[in-house]
Amino acid sequence: MAKRIDVSGLSAYYGTTKAIEDISMSIEPRSVTAFIGPSGCGKSTFLRTLNRMHEVIPGARVEGKVLLDDENLYASNVDPVAVRRSIGMVFQRPNPFPTMSIYDNVVAGLRLAGVKKKSVLDDVVERSLKGANLWKEVHNRLNKPGAGLSGGQQQRLCIARAIAVEPQVLLMDEPCSALDPISTLAIEDLIGELKSQFTIVIVTHNMQQAARVSDRTAFFNLAGVGQPGKLIELDDTQRIFSNPSVQATEDYISGRFG
Amino acid sequence: MTTMTTVPEDARPQVGPRLTANRLPRWTPPAVAAGSIAVGCGIGAAAGLQSHLQWGLISALLFLVGGYLISAQVEGRRQAKDRFATSVVWVAFILAVVPLVSLTVYTVQQGIGVVNGNFLSHSMKGVIQSGPGGGIYHALLGTLQQVGLATLIAAPLGLLTAVYLVEYGRGRLAKAVTFFVDVMTGVPSIVAGLFILSLWNLALGFSYSGFSGSLALAILMIPVVVRSTEEMLKLVPNELREASYALGVPKWKTILRIVLPTAIGGITTGVMLAVARITGETAPVMMLVFGADYINSNPFDGPQQSLPMYIWQQYSVVNNDFGYARAWGAALVLIAFVMGLNLIARGIARWRSPKGGH
Ligand SMILES: Nc1ncnc2c1ncn2[C@@H]1O[C@H](COP(=O)(O)OP(=O)(O)OP(=O)(O)O)[C@@H](O)[C@H]1O
Ligand SMILES: [Mg+2]
Repeated sequence: MAKRIDVSGLSAYYGTTKAIEDISMSIEPRSVTAFIGPSGCGKSTFLRTLNRMHEVIPGARVEGKVLLDDENLYASNVDPVAVRRSIGMVFQRPNPFPTMSIYDNVVAGLRLAGVKKKSVLDDVVERSLKGANLWKEVHNRLNKPGAGLSGGQQQRLCIARAIAVEPQVLLMDEPCSALDPISTLAIEDLIGELKSQFTIVIVTHNMQQAARVSDRTAFFNLAGVGQPGKLIELDDTQRIFSNPSVQATEDYISGRFG
Repeated sequence: MTTMTTVPEDARPQVGPRLTANRLPRWTPPAVAAGSIAVGCGIGAAAGLQSHLQWGLISALLFLVGGYLISAQVEGRRQAKDRFATSVVWVAFILAVVPLVSLTVYTVQQGIGVVNGNFLSHSMKGVIQSGPGGGIYHALLGTLQQVGLATLIAAPLGLLTAVYLVEYGRGRLAKAVTFFVDVMTGVPSIVAGLFILSLWNLALGFSYSGFSGSLALAILMIPVVVRSTEEMLKLVPNELREASYALGVPKWKTILRIVLPTAIGGITTGVMLAVARITGETAPVMMLVFGADYINSNPFDGPQQSLPMYIWQQYSVVNNDFGYARAWGAALVLIAFVMGLNLIARGIARWRSPKGGH
């Protein structure tokens, strides 16, 4: 089910300010691609253009093309709701729906899309929670509120919620930044398992994490304050961390930055 | 690099204030309060002050000053100020609560003997104003119908307006709507009554009815509902909306299934409070519903009665003890109704509020 993404000439704006400029890259299916770069260089912005979440912000717009297996997501006849159904997203801060139980959180996407059959939903809950490595911890309290879990469990619940709708691509924006090392490890393991089914893109500020989980790494940077962010290079993670082709990448990775 | 030399413990200069200080025992404030009340009442009685309110104010003043002085003696200035501020808060709280409690207690005292099955199930038809008997059935029915209809109009309108303002509203139109809601909040009820009177009754030619009263009540209710709902919707974190969009849920469904349920507790409370507010409205009802001493169970045709108007009519004949008693009985029912609504609102808010943490 995993699909490849080809981005070409993509720029994104907030009102009149250009946040990212002319980005082109390919994201391979069934692999993990990590985005790294200094704060404010547009990693989140770029990530959100990939499932048309960027335009949710008032005044925000996008130029350029994003192809999901040859289909342009920004073609005029494409429904952004359908795009988001096939490209899921996990946010930096865990955001389970506070009115819903663990069970309801996991099936929220399906329920809201009209799936009602209990047996189907039950299956999805078990499969998704197992997929998110959370089943063992919560299987006997599925009807308890999702907000009553620990931060790391909530984040895994959000991952379960995202994979429950069976997207082709999973976008994660710093999914571990609010978590302790053990929860982080759990989620990194999970990413390793999920990549056999999904195309995964992860934004992270943690170099070790990028090195551990990703197959390919993209480095973003901005020329200066007020300038739009740009893609500097995208290469195999091994190469980026051992022998990057651009000096700025090496400076950033080795901490000799700015 | 400067070298650090270890200074012996007792030779170190005292940095900052000492951490320990004399503290008054925990029972001091209540003791001071009791003393102030005793002395205050003593002074009041000795000076021959008639009003117990004056006794109370003297006690409060003694409490504030006495507490400050005692604390300043024992604990020092800063603590004394802290205690003084705490005492002011307490006194203000009591000053606010006293009228509320005494109002409720007085109403219950006056009304409890009047309210019985007969009172609740009979109208004033054929009852002489200055005589015994009669009841509030027609007024209660009228109030329920008028307020119910007003809520049916105002709650959906207010809710949808708030949803528009928070979820969709951008630019000029939203600003204009916000402005008009603000203006409507300040409309005196008599003006709302006049507006409906001239529009509905005079221009369109409808006659007195419970429904035209409801229209005026709805005008009073809408801005309150819009405002409270707006605040509640703004409290729903944007992350929840984004989480829902990211699952491929359309915006309208996100609002309906995620945003509104998250805020429903607060929204219901707001609506209930708005209902409570219009339940006691008298002016527009007098103008538009007219009042009646018989039962009219059709709110769309002919004059009706309502509780506030009933109270006013019963009290308007001087030296009429039967009328006074009926007025207090109706007042008690009115207060009970409003309190009931508040309790229900609280219950719903607690029941539906997002469950998190532990
Ligand atoms: N909602 C917004 N409205 C206006 N400008 C925004 C908005 N969100 C981000 N920006 C701007 O866009 C630029 C890129 O921000 P973005 O959040 O994509 O950076 P980032 O690389 O994800 O940073 P971080 O690592 O801190 O998360 C920044 O200059 C930021 O100020
Ligand atoms: Mg970011």
